[in-house]
Amino acid sequence: MRRVVVTGLGMVSPLGADIETSWKNILASKSGAARITHFDPSEYACQIACEVKSADHEYGFDPNKRVDHKVQRQVDPFIVYGIDAAGQALEDAGLTDMSEEERYRAGVSIGSGIGGLPGIEKESLVLHEKGPRRVSPHFVHGRLINLISGQVSIKYGLMGPNHAVVTACSTGAHSIGDAARMIMLDDADVMVAGGAEAAICPIGIAGFAQARALSTQFNDQPERASRPYDKDRDGFVMGEGAGVVVLEEYEHAKKRGAKIYAEVVGYGMSGDAYHVTAPHPEGAGGFRAMQVAMKRSGLDLGDIDYINAHGTSTPLGDELELGAVRRLFGNNIANLSMSSTKSAIGHLLGGAGAVEAIFCILALRDQIVPPTLNLENPSEGTTGVDLVPLVAKERKVKAVLNNSFGFGGTNASLVMKAV
Amino acid sequence: MSETADRVKKIVVEHLGVEADKVTEDASFIDDLGADSLDIVELVMAFEEEFGVEIPDDAAEKITTVRDAIEYIDNNKA
Repeated sequence: MRRVVVTGLGMVSPLGADIETSWKNILASKSGAARITHFDPSEYACQIACEVKSADHEYGFDPNKRVDHKVQRQVDPFIVYGIDAAGQALEDAGLTDMSEEERYRAGVSIGSGIGGLPGIEKESLVLHEKGPRRVSPHFVHGRLINLISGQVSIKYGLMGPNHAVVTACSTGAHSIGDAARMIMLDDADVMVAGGAEAAICPIGIAGFAQARALSTQFNDQPERASRPYDKDRDGFVMGEGAGVVVLEEYEHAKKRGAKIYAEVVGYGMSGDAYHVTAPHPEGAGGFRAMQVAMKRSGLDLGDIDYINAHGTSTPLGDELELGAVRRLFGNNIANLSMSSTKSAIGHLLGGAGAVEAIFCILALRDQIVPPTLNLENPSEGTTGVDLVPLVAKERKVKAVLNNSFGFGGTNASLVMKAV
Repeated sequence: MSETADRVKKIVVEHLGVEADKVTEDASFIDDLGADSLDIVELVMAFEEEFGVEIPDDAAEKITTVRDAIEYIDNNKA
């Protein structure tokens, strides 16, 4: 099988509009959580989120950098974030100017969990209030999940596979895993892969709150709300943004002298076959996804130095995931660190797996693991595991594992290592 | 320049993201201002909203330049 490496990174997150700013803020234990500004949340059980900051903010996002004004007007924010992150990744990889021949072998696989929910909500109100002749002609293609992949393909002329995963909160990890396989199977030499989300809108917050998934007890202290593995956790904090990587066939990358961040060596998938929102009571699906990814990687369990946990800060999920990690890794768990960066940037849903895979890659690059914020009183059942409470930690990082689990009982694990 | 022309040009600049000085009355939405057929549907909607006129599909099809839009609106607004 052909080998696949990561040669470019891009990110729009609640802690920065690029990779280095986001990473610096993550390592400095900053939180992206605050009272919601996208709409007035006063009537809502959950009034906080990790929003991407506007351009005038210290680490805000300027959409004009890489996305045409016209496109911005026509599409939902998740597509804007996705196009920008993809552009960053291609620039980082030095692949914005490929020949036509190369572009036939370059594809895109950027998904989203929900897609254009804010736009669907808004246009439904237009339809209701003003009738069908006032619905935007850009309504459909401005909301569709595969339209990040479509827009990126058009903008950069990428004519290889054009794909978009939709597996709720596993989307980002599945996108990278699937894209890596397209390269392994010789369908492409380069894949721009990742996930994006922007669902912090009235119907999104109301819907997740009604599903009892969101934190509601920390509206007055937003930065303390996302607290994976802590006794006082009461649900996740919604985030938004995008994470995109450039994947490349190893020889292809070597030949052009590309900077290689990591190799994607393992990818595991499973289904819980249990419940639409609740994780399997023994974390069996997550266990099997990790098991398959480890088997595929050819690494020993003892080789994994860092796990970026799914760890959403929900009462049920965190400990079940940790239990599955404990069962799979056995005594090796004493030697690894495991943290949840959702404590800092919230849960990016379809973007989560991609953004978190990038944090894993940066941990490999910089030999430091990001912290789990707000982990003040660890739950029982967390003893003997380094959950990197409160502050980042310098340590050896040679191989990493990233977990993402989604509604519907869909699970994905990625294993990457230094080259 | 008429008041209608000013308002039409402002809408065109905002929707198509083009420089104001390119939006001359002779400019063709598709050939000169980079619009596609869906952009024109959207522009027509915006004109209807702004001026309180109704622009039926068969009339909308004949609006290809900035001047066409201004003239249609001036001839049909209440």
